Amino acid sequence: MKLDLDISKIDRCRECASSIADQVMEHVRSVTTTSCERAVLRLLGVDGVDRAGVPLPNVVVDIAHKAGLLPDGIATYMARAVASTGLSPQQVAEKVALKQLDLASFGSAPVGGERAVVSGAVSASLGRIRENVAKRREYLSRLDSGTEPLIYVIVATGNIYEDVEQAQSAAKAGADIIAVIRSTAQSLLDYVPYGATTEGYGGTFATQENFRIMRKGLDSVSAEIGRYIRLVNYCSGLCMPEIAAMGALERLDMMLNDSMYGILFRDINMKRTFADQYFSRMINAYAGIIINTGEDNYLTTADAYEEAHTVLASQFINEALAHRSGLPDSQIGLGHAFEMNPEMKDGFLYEVAQAQMSRDIFPNAPLKYMPPTKYMTGDIFRGYLLNGMFNLAGVITGQSIQLLGMLTEAIHTPHVHDRYLAIKNAKYVFNNARHLGEDIVFKPGGIIRQRAEQVLGDTVRMLEYVRDLGLMEAMGEGVFAGIARTADGGRGLDGVVARSDTYWNPFEEAMSEQLGLAASADPSRR
Amino acid sequence: MPQVDLKSVRPYGDTLDDGRVQLGFTLPIRYGPEAKEAARQLVIKMGLESVDVVSSHDLGGQFTYFVVYGKCTHSVDVTSLRVPKVQVEQMDFFKINDLIRDRLGRKITVVAACTGSDAHTVGIDAIINMKGYAGEYGLERYPWFRAHNLGAQVPNETLVAKAIETDADAILVSQIVTQKNVHISNMTRLVDLLEAEGIRDDVILVAGGPRITHELALELGYDAGFGPGTLPSHVAAYIAQELIRKEHRTSPDLGEER
Repeated sequence: MKLDLDISKIDRCRECASSIADQVMEHVRSVTTTSCERAVLRLLGVDGVDRAGVPLPNVVVDIAHKAGLLPDGIATYMARAVASTGLSPQQVAEKVALKQLDLASFGSAPVGGERAVVSGAVSASLGRIRENVAKRREYLSRLDSGTEPLIYVIVATGNIYEDVEQAQSAAKAGADIIAVIRSTAQSLLDYVPYGATTEGYGGTFATQENFRIMRKGLDSVSAEIGRYIRLVNYCSGLCMPEIAAMGALERLDMMLNDSMYGILFRDINMKRTFADQYFSRMINAYAGIIINTGEDNYLTTADAYEEAHTVLASQFINEALAHRSGLPDSQIGLGHAFEMNPEMKDGFLYEVAQAQMSRDIFPNAPLKYMPPTKYMTGDIFRGYLLNGMFNLAGVITGQSIQLLGMLTEAIHTPHVHDRYLAIKNAKYVFNNARHLGEDIVFKPGGIIRQRAEQVLGDTVRMLEYVRDLGLMEAMGEGVFAGIARTADGGRGLDGVVARSDTYWNPFEEAMSEQLGLAASADPSRR
Repeated sequence: MPQVDLKSVRPYGDTLDDGRVQLGFTLPIRYGPEAKEAARQLVIKMGLESVDVVSSHDLGGQFTYFVVYGKCTHSVDVTSLRVPKVQVEQMDFFKINDLIRDRLGRKITVVAACTGSDAHTVGIDAIINMKGYAGEYGLERYPWFRAHNLGAQVPNETLVAKAIETDADAILVSQIVTQKNVHISNMTRLVDLLEAEGIRDDVILVAGGPRITHELALELGYDAGFGPGTLPSHVAAYIAQELIRKEHRTSPDLGEER
């Protein structure tokens, strides 16, 4: 603990966050969502689209939703259909889409033995995910696993094949992590597009085929340069659990997967998001995928100095909820950002204080540090210097994942040389100041320590307030990012369904057990 | 420094009329002497002389990045330029509110949104939201404005419906994503919709965003465009003054010029 923070305050924050998470979990355990059920179908092997191009998981879940079948879980009806027809889940889905099979017709007989008929599909999927975990581990032990702060860059051409070229170029220049940013507005699509895509706006669609193409491209460049290149996508929006399922199956390494981002910044309904984040994070936990939380976004709308405590409060809440999905600390990449106004006197000291505070409070989390965006003006030369200062703060404070700033931020999606220059900047600073953090002691009573203690104090008060009010109510008051959301507002509420007593999700069941969460999955504990 | 000839202005490095410019770009070819020569020749074709490829870097695979200096042979006649600018007298929060109270005598209603697929509300939030930007309050804080910020990814249809519902005086559209010119078609579509509804002339239509200029906005059928660095008071002053101008035109008895 370089800042010698008041441990009792940190403990109080964790206790509050834990109570807050328990409140959220009461809701989470009482419902399922269309997107969770679609994820179940995907994990059962249902893929492809119907004649109109609608993904089969959507077709089947929409039909089941209209027929009022979702309270029992789609797996219940899929198991019955498989048991009585002898078809595979994929074949059942195809026949349902063609209206040759009616899921409701399989009645509401007790399940019991019928569940066993899909156990092969369940264990095949889980087996494939565990193989991916083993393969990643093997790569990381055989190849260079990178040095922290890991260098994270974004590609976003809209064309997955072009993305692969740019990603490989970035990897050769020194990038450790490649994120394929999604096409603008994909987060608001209530389905996951299908197949390889070559057209997108502001990014490239997240599809399972695109995941596979990029994974292959990165594996090939990893072998060539002897360093494992990690792949990231966005497990956010209306399809969180489905994207998680696809990422687990295609060996993504990280996922943006925040518990509140969609509610605040995409106006997605909170009951929907809380349920979706729970199951999506469980899948990520099982797949060994590091989640990245999105606290940095608060500071793009709110002031980084004034609202620093909201970032820390959200980190505690994200941590508590992630633990409830079975994520270990080593897979909880809490986020924060370098967004202080550059005109501010001693602003760099405050940045260092806040970054070091995150490191001290979450010692085992692979912290993700986000670059300046708010004060990037199009003056690329000044922007390049801001990014250099950001990189210096990152290496001094021992950040794990450094999402590199682009000098052309606020102008366009990065050009190939923007990314190259960003990597050169980071490598220079990281190498040149490699052990500076270890050599520095922050002066007791100095600006940095005082600032961190102040933010921690504000965070205790905020978390106590949120705990007393309840998270959903507090979000109604706009405590995060100054954005107010109500429990029944926003998109996607129509996809939230109360679970019946006989609700069944074989993946939640199996993963809970294997992640050591079995007690909380026990219906008697609900 | 010698007198600048405004009829023939060239880039300035460290001597008048030296024409020095810097370029940075990538060619999709393998790093090496041929790549460097290709960059040099390309820059000559751009109209530069005394071209120096001062730095070239292997970006891996098929890409080489160059930093190039050259002397620009072209010049611009600054005396002949006509640049459309938003016609507005700069005022502060208090003056704007006083102006509306005294000259209009009613609140101004504005509806604002990031339209189409654009999810980036940072610009519109800076202008509209209570807390504002760079030490200035947003329009929500102005007692003489009634501001509705519809947020991100709002369909043009929804924005128009809200404008009709609230009898809006002004519509503000923020566009940040400009890849493949998606903002152009989106902004044009809004004008078409307003015309189809027969309310285009009833509202002041304003666009804003990092790639928006007043000229572009006018070209697309908007009344004004605001680019980077715009503060809430710029937009508020423009809307207030333009609305007064408009109402003055239709009801000349409104008040005396002050």
